Amino acid sequence: MTALHPIPTDRPERLIVIGNGMAGCRAVEEILARDATRYTVTIFGAEPRVNYNRIMLSPVLAGEKTFDDIVINGADWYAQNNITLISGDPVVSIDRAGQTVTARSGRTEPYDRLLIATGSDPFIIPVPGKDLPGVVTFRDLDDVDKMLAAAEKGGHAVVIGGGLLGLEAAHGLALRGMDVTVLHLMPTLMERQLDEAAGWLLKSELERRGQTILTGADTAAILEKDGHVAGVRLKDGKEIPADIVVMAVGIRPSTGLARLAGLEVERGILVDDHMLTSDPAIMAVGECVQHRGACYGLVAPLWEMCRSLADAATGTPSGYEGSVTSTKLKVSGIDLFSAGDFSGGEGCEDIVMRDAARGLYKRVIVKENKLVGAVLYGDTADGNWYFDLLKRGEDIADIREALIFGQAFAMGGGASNDPHAAVAALSEDAEICGCNGVTKGMVVSTIHGGACSLDAVRSQCKASASCGSCTGLVESLLAITLGDEVKAGPKTLCKCTKFSHDDVRRLILEKELKAIPQVMQELHWTTPDGCASCRPALNYYLLCAWPGVYVDDQRSRFVNERMHANIQKDGTYSVVPRMWGGVTTPNELRAIADAADKYGARMVKVTGGQRLDLFGIKKEDLPDIWADLNAAGMVSGHAYGKSLRTVKTCVGSEWCRFGTQDSTGLGIKTEQMTWGSWMPHKFKIAVSGCPRNCAEATIKDFGVICVDSGYELHVGGNGGIHLRGTDLLCKVATEREALDICAAFIQLYREQAWYLERTAPWIERVGLDHVKAGLFDDPEAVQHLAARFRYSQSFMQDDPWARRAKGEDAELHQHLAEFRPFPTMQIKEAAE
Amino acid sequence: MIGDWLDIGPVTQISPGNARTLPVQAPNGENLEEIAIFHTMGGEFFALVNKCPHKHGPLSQGIVHGTVVTCPLHSWNISLKTGHALGDDKGCVPTVPLKVDAGRLYLLREAVIGAMAPERAA
Repeated sequence: MTALHPIPTDRPERLIVIGNGMAGCRAVEEILARDATRYTVTIFGAEPRVNYNRIMLSPVLAGEKTFDDIVINGADWYAQNNITLISGDPVVSIDRAGQTVTARSGRTEPYDRLLIATGSDPFIIPVPGKDLPGVVTFRDLDDVDKMLAAAEKGGHAVVIGGGLLGLEAAHGLALRGMDVTVLHLMPTLMERQLDEAAGWLLKSELERRGQTILTGADTAAILEKDGHVAGVRLKDGKEIPADIVVMAVGIRPSTGLARLAGLEVERGILVDDHMLTSDPAIMAVGECVQHRGACYGLVAPLWEMCRSLADAATGTPSGYEGSVTSTKLKVSGIDLFSAGDFSGGEGCEDIVMRDAARGLYKRVIVKENKLVGAVLYGDTADGNWYFDLLKRGEDIADIREALIFGQAFAMGGGASNDPHAAVAALSEDAEICGCNGVTKGMVVSTIHGGACSLDAVRSQCKASASCGSCTGLVESLLAITLGDEVKAGPKTLCKCTKFSHDDVRRLILEKELKAIPQVMQELHWTTPDGCASCRPALNYYLLCAWPGVYVDDQRSRFVNERMHANIQKDGTYSVVPRMWGGVTTPNELRAIADAADKYGARMVKVTGGQRLDLFGIKKEDLPDIWADLNAAGMVSGHAYGKSLRTVKTCVGSEWCRFGTQDSTGLGIKTEQMTWGSWMPHKFKIAVSGCPRNCAEATIKDFGVICVDSGYELHVGGNGGIHLRGTDLLCKVATEREALDICAAFIQLYREQAWYLERTAPWIERVGLDHVKAGLFDDPEAVQHLAARFRYSQSFMQDDPWARRAKGEDAELHQHLAEFRPFPTMQIKEAAE
Repeated sequence: MIGDWLDIGPVTQISPGNARTLPVQAPNGENLEEIAIFHTMGGEFFALVNKCPHKHGPLSQGIVHGTVVTCPLHSWNISLKTGHALGDDKGCVPTVPLKVDAGRLYLLREAVIGAMAPERAA
């Protein structure tokens, strides 16, 4: 690689960065991207860990992310770029004359260029009790850990400060089960970002969620009991109990080190447009600086500063001109956006739209035919468009009438149904990702450069890699740019949510979600009651997660599972009684023949799973035919369900001259253990008595091949569209072991596979090794999984036919009424 | 809407998220057509001919979400408000005007009769 400018000495310049936070590391990334060889880089960090995404601490607190999820640069990044990271050892002094820095440990390092990125410190209001144990700030991972520890014990949390950070802290603590009170000095929450109306909507929503919000609350003292925080007293005398107090009233630039070194400092460290301080060998960037009179506490301006800094530090100065900022609140289920100036004033005109039923509030502020501010609550889809208009200072006279209805309406001359149209209409330099300062043009060129999936875009240009609120925009750009060639990333469960199947399953457990509407509310579903894809999936996930607790939602079942029979093309049903292991009796056959006659079955067919299928049964007759079949000792065959279908067997050692074990007997025991269990998809089992494999066990989800010395257990076979032979899972000596591993494998599949994913694609996706590890790495795993399966089965093995035959859910089988308009105009049951 | 309204009973017969059927019969008892009456989770009622425009699947057996039902045979999404197929699918099923009055459901009689195949209704 050739540098644009000659390196001034025969060795790379030594760049020391003070601060291992978002700004410091981003500045280094930007420099390396321009010139990877110009500097040898050393980074000093005060926190004893690698670089992480500080703005994502809120989701960590809320339990939506883990620390690993928010690491920006892991240890490998430092190694790959030859960066020396000195963490947990903060720099305490700078010797500008000697061009060295000294850390707390006494370590001294020389520099050619120095970058100060010390960020900011939380502002602590000077009240009695501010230093008590249990009073924390919300600034780094240690603070989050303290809050989590407090939340574990439960009780009362008081958050001082109703700004962006305070509300995110309050949200996290509330989700963690604490009783939360927010104290805010001003009358409106987030008053720097919101107007009164939007602040009120926000306050109402938070109160509806159980938080107590006190505005105009001026803290007088933090109270103590037994050496620990116990409450907060306000100036009006009111006292609020507290087991933890979070101080989130604001931040101020961390300038101590710069001041000590004699650099020019006002509120922040003074920098020019190239992020140079008053000493030309020293740069500064991030929340610690003051540029053209402004200090910034949001992430987007930091990225803009880092770009200008890197341009200057690599010899192609561009110049930073300050930032216009916008705000989004990272509280799940609350959509809130603001940008620019919304205080009103001379020459400003408001355009407002409200929709109380939907909880919508939109306000844009126009001055001299230019958009100067926007506040959106409830629907922030047009936030980026407004922000783009605002930053570019575009004349909006032509679209003024339609402006408030959003981009699709204003630009399309009417409501457009194409969700991509709005994104397509954005200018090339429109900002898509505010967190990372990525424009539409940059995303599109990344896609043209070979990034064909959301994940690839996220890793290559960082768009939507931080808070994720612009995911939809990036997806639109992928669709617009690539059409059908977009590679699906981790698939979202359906179009109603941004969460993947795995995320939803994890969050159901973590947040202890136990009902479909609760999942939809908590996970911010975009539709009022889901769709035909997510409802059955959620019903299954909840059923699997909370056996015996969750109440099955019939309305979320596909017709076959709701009617316990298979719908046919003419709207009639087919009925398959269970025949354990494919073995039947003359008595059962007589009952089946009688039922076929009595209910007019137009065909009786032997199925591939060794059962008899009666076709052409009317939904009204189903409870009656089931009653008749029950009377002969038969139960539902679940031929209709995402569930255990059949256990197919051969006759085995009892009859067959080649048989090595009692395959029929083992098949019946297996079916008796597994029938009635709901699964991600249908599940077929077979047991063959010898390797001739007459029961075709090697194309089943779980197949047993009996051999002289025991039982070979096979998994993941499929005889459907994509033929797949099974993988050998293991070999066992006894029936007991075979049954336990069968139960354990099914439970692993039930707990981990995505809804509507057969075992074959599941194993293809996660790998056989993953399945083996899940079953065998821990010697007790099989027993634990099998125990969970059997516990679940204790609620499931209840014949649904018998319940319907006794009259349960009768309305599913009966007409509402009948109407005979010819010729007598009479109506049965309901009178006209 | 002016016309004869057919009382089909109390609203409580159909719980939210479910649908039930009303067969319209010829004098010999043969079902000429079924009307499906839907109760959405949002609390609205709709009536449509119980036949998907695609392959005549019984819409009453589909999953109801928002003001849409997904046909149980091939997962076409049908608007309960207009009877039109949604998304890329094309087709329409007749709707039947329905009103709720004092806790009872009413269908417009002429629409119920008119919803049947013309040669049979004649």
